[in-house]
Amino acid sequence: MTDTYTLVAFGVLALVSVASAVGMLTARNVVHAAYCLLAVSIAAAGLFALLEARYLALMQVLVYAGAVAILNLFTIMITLRRREDAVRPRDFSWPGLALAVTFFAAVAVAVAGGVLVPGVEPDVFPGVREFGERLFEIEGWVLPFEIASLVLTAALVGAVWWSREEGER
Amino acid sequence: MTLGLEAYLMLAALLFSAGMYGAVSKKGAVQVLMSLELMAVGVDLNLVAFSRYVTPVEMTGQFFTVFVMIVSAAEIGLGLALVLAIFRSARSSEVDSLAELKG
Repeated sequence: MTDTYTLVAFGVLALVSVASAVGMLTARNVVHAAYCLLAVSIAAAGLFALLEARYLALMQVLVYAGAVAILNLFTIMITLRRREDAVRPRDFSWPGLALAVTFFAAVAVAVAGGVLVPGVEPDVFPGVREFGERLFEIEGWVLPFEIASLVLTAALVGAVWWSREEGER
Repeated sequence: MTLGLEAYLMLAALLFSAGMYGAVSKKGAVQVLMSLELMAVGVDLNLVAFSRYVTPVEMTGQFFTVFVMIVSAAEIGLGLALVLAIFRSARSSEVDSLAELKG
């Protein structure tokens, strides 16, 4: 019963994410493309929840579906002077398509032919609490995590500096 | 029929290839950045799927995903700020307007 439920949920989320990704690439209106990306992000959060990564599902909604989607829409809004500028010709490139198809075929062959060693399935999957405890353990991930926060701070300061007017720098 | 790791890996590869196609073919800078984001989603899904099926207790893939998310958030922030800076000097957000690098 649980298996059927998971399978149906996976099918729906996979369909939504792939359809939205294709929609994003084929949309003529940039704003529609941004909303398609939002749909992909939310579907990915659902897939994370299916994979027992509850904290990451939450972060996916907060960071990608929240902050990044807003940032995208703001940049689109600022860089378009007229409403009609949002509609653009469809960009199409055969070399790009060939590259993507080749890459997908290579990965598909590797996944189909590879031998994957599954780990031991626990009775209860670790939740948000265990995730946080392991993240902030001294011999765990705390040092890389703090370094990553420095990287993020430096990047955001750089972003603010870059986006200011020429005379204010 | 049970859901295995392969299904997730295939879906992640599909999302990544779609993002790759967009990143190569799109001409608007914002669309290129959105395609890069699609690629990051594919990578995240891949790591979380490996974490669930190979290291369910250690959650190694989930910690990797945290770092990928941080780096891609930094990348999107910087990328969009750069798009705004270029828009200011070139009055355009097309990738082609980057051909002139000086001032």
